[in-house]
Amino acid sequence: MKRLMTRENAIRWAPLLVLIGLMILFTAINPAFLSQRNFARIAIAAAPALMVAIGVTFIIVMGSIDLSMEGTVGLTAVLFCFVFLATGGTLAAGAWVAVPVILLAGALIGLVNGLVHVKLRIPSFMASLAIGFVGTGAAVLITGGDIVKIDDDTFRALLTWRIAGFPLMVYVVIVMALIAWFIQSHTTLGRNFYAVGGGEELAHASGLNVRRVRILGFVLAGVFYAVAGILQVAKLGQAESVSGANFMFISITSVVVGGVALWGGIGGIWNTVVGVLIVNVINNGMVVIGLPDYLQDGMLGLLVIVAVVLSTDRRSISFVK
Amino acid sequence: MYQLKAVDKKFPGVHALKAVDFEIKRGEIVGLVGENGAGKSTLMKVIYGAYQPDGGTVSIDGKAVRFQNPRQAMEKGIGMVFQEQSLIPNLTVMENIFLGYERQFVRLGVINWKAMSEAAEKQLAKVKLDIDPATITSALSFAQRQLVELAKVLTLEERVDGDLVILLDEPTSVLAEDEVKMLFTIVRDLTKRASFIFVSHRMDEVMELSDRIYVMKDGAVVDVVARGAATVEQIQHKMVGRSVDREYYREQRQKPYDASKVLLEMDRVSLPGRIKDISLTLHAGEVLCLVGTEGAGREAILRTIYGMRTPVSGTLKIKGNEIRAFNPQAAVAAGVGYVPRERKIEGIVAGMNVYENMTLSQMGRYSRAGVLNVAAEKALARDWIGKLSIKAHSEFADCGNLSGGNQQKVVLSKWRSGGSDIMLLDHPTRGLDIGAKEDVYEMIRDMSDDGVGVILVADTLEEAIGLSHNIIVLKDGAIQQRFDCKPGAKPTLYDLLHYMI
Ligand SMILES: Nc1ncnc2c1ncn2[C@@H]1O[C@H](COP(=O)(O)OP(=O)(O)OP(=O)(O)O)[C@@H](O)[C@H]1O
Ligand SMILES: [Mg+2]
Repeated sequence: MKRLMTRENAIRWAPLLVLIGLMILFTAINPAFLSQRNFARIAIAAAPALMVAIGVTFIIVMGSIDLSMEGTVGLTAVLFCFVFLATGGTLAAGAWVAVPVILLAGALIGLVNGLVHVKLRIPSFMASLAIGFVGTGAAVLITGGDIVKIDDDTFRALLTWRIAGFPLMVYVVIVMALIAWFIQSHTTLGRNFYAVGGGEELAHASGLNVRRVRILGFVLAGVFYAVAGILQVAKLGQAESVSGANFMFISITSVVVGGVALWGGIGGIWNTVVGVLIVNVINNGMVVIGLPDYLQDGMLGLLVIVAVVLSTDRRSISFVK
Repeated sequence: MYQLKAVDKKFPGVHALKAVDFEIKRGEIVGLVGENGAGKSTLMKVIYGAYQPDGGTVSIDGKAVRFQNPRQAMEKGIGMVFQEQSLIPNLTVMENIFLGYERQFVRLGVINWKAMSEAAEKQLAKVKLDIDPATITSALSFAQRQLVELAKVLTLEERVDGDLVILLDEPTSVLAEDEVKMLFTIVRDLTKRASFIFVSHRMDEVMELSDRIYVMKDGAVVDVVARGAATVEQIQHKMVGRSVDREYYREQRQKPYDASKVLLEMDRVSLPGRIKDISLTLHAGEVLCLVGTEGAGREAILRTIYGMRTPVSGTLKIKGNEIRAFNPQAAVAAGVGYVPRERKIEGIVAGMNVYENMTLSQMGRYSRAGVLNVAAEKALARDWIGKLSIKAHSEFADCGNLSGGNQQKVVLSKWRSGGSDIMLLDHPTRGLDIGAKEDVYEMIRDMSDDGVGVILVADTLEEAIGLSHNIIVLKDGAIQQRFDCKPGAKPTLYDLLHYMI
């Protein structure tokens, strides 16, 4: 009994243990890693990525995949700047309107994504990949390839105003993560994601509207991507069509490293939070200890595989999908 | 020849096997009986190497062995036919039979399909199954799939020199009577070459087939009975630790139904190739039994009512409203509940816990504006865990880890608690021990008292006769005969069989 208990627990806590292990490792190599300033740096880097990763977590829990994040983040970031400037250019002058508008825009992109996937019966990875490209294309079209800047001090307070050493956007992200957790564990929609991911046929046979659940999943993911888009603007003070670059790899890596099963039904928001932190700690740590650039990508890849091996119970799947 | 000594197995919160001693001799058929969750499947899994015991020894011909995985066990001649079917539905029969052992047909990296097909035919002949080995598995009936599983295990005969031990975990629960008979003939025939371990909840079958019977209770072997050394009642007493009610089907609780209140009406409904011109009515408080052989259309009728199939002609009225859009959501909304036969695919979601599974079809009742009332869900689960004595360490237990019978109980409570007033039960007592069966019969009577209409596809003809107000006998998708089953004036087995075949 003892042995199995620890095995089960090991699986549940593995991602967190990996995270702690990495932090100890980097601190041992360079004590500067373990400083409040560095943690704030990690948190800022992780903030938009976490929003994207949470969005895609819902989809992965359903057993689908969403690859539209780069396009969606890029497009919402650009749109945000435009709406922000068009409505006064400062929060005080009424440009806050841009926030709900962009969240809605994110939801809309997700809706299109979901409809294409469900109604046209196109596999989610194809549908979302295509929508992602459309998003990037639209962003290029709107900006004409230029960079759009925002410098409104009140809006940039997301980055500059610090509470206990961490910028405001970190708290925004924490609140969003709590909302995501609430959706996951306290709403019918969240439960439905797990039902669809754990047994689609059964969910259908239980009278669930599986197609609706799928579409709503993409809508929800779109909203979280839009939040990431806004945070990305807050972080950089500008947006361009490639503002969403790299999010695909980072977010999906994080989700898997955190222990969310790609075949659906297993894992959740907390896994993703830990996964995002792991990936960002690795990224940051490699810089802090002065690992050469050309080794960093390879290292990240290796660590991802190690983390997946450690954190998922692959034994329980009799036939791997 | 094959021996277990003081074998122990623990799961988090469950001591599934307690110092079990078990032995099987060459050419012997050993029965294994016990309540749901007694540890039968776990014992089987230890034997064929899917689980490693936490304590005790396993030996073959006196030599200690330790299997890391089923493949190692197979190499020693131990094969398993699963309780929940394990064939891969989208592969062909022959691919399933030789799954993992294709190498013998590979020449220069290419599979010789013809050779594989011939070899598969040889295996299928052993179980007297006459189908094309290139058939896609999902096109087969349950019974045929069961036989394919057996054929797959029998490939060991060629691969292994030593003795074979073949494990059958509830192989008969989805089979019709004649299919069971055939399976038994095949098994007896094969004892020349193999020993068998046979798990079933049908006592008469176990008594008929086994040379010795192991009785398990709460993870321990409480008795070993030689053939003919005990009656069914005595063994059942050992299993449940009390005597079993003689008035099994609760006939005394069968009351006349409310003929004025029609819940469901089918009028000349047809589905090409499955059912034709089916007309039936279901009243409040009525138990209507559909009887027939596999493929006679019983399941198709249930699935049509539940909206999983759309008929090409005829009408279906639920509570007076004609159904136009056939889908399960509409059916659930109209108050229909469905306990399907294939538990693994359509019964429970493995990975979700007990309360999540129970409220899956009725989340609307446990939520407000989309926000779930988890406390109420948990209370519901605890309530039913108590009512049906579901063996689960708590409402947080993963349903995928429950024993087969306990999963079935979760499915039943899911629909019973959902307040459906038209219940479609397909083999509701499949895989349940006698104690739990009684609970289900009691539950069916309770439902009648509450004015619920039940359409039942029973596990046995006796069950059908005992429980129903009315019986419809089906053959080849058409209604052959209707029987009125008032208590005291019930038709006999023979009456029904006459119209079935
Ligand atoms: N993988 C597992 N993890 C945790 N608990 C398990 C696991 N497998 C089985 N159990 C528990 O072990 C006990 C014995 O289960 P088992 O499947 O052996 O019962 P069984 O005798 O086959 O019952 P049934 O007649 O219902 O099939 C049950 O309480 C079950 O919940
Ligand atoms: Mg079992």
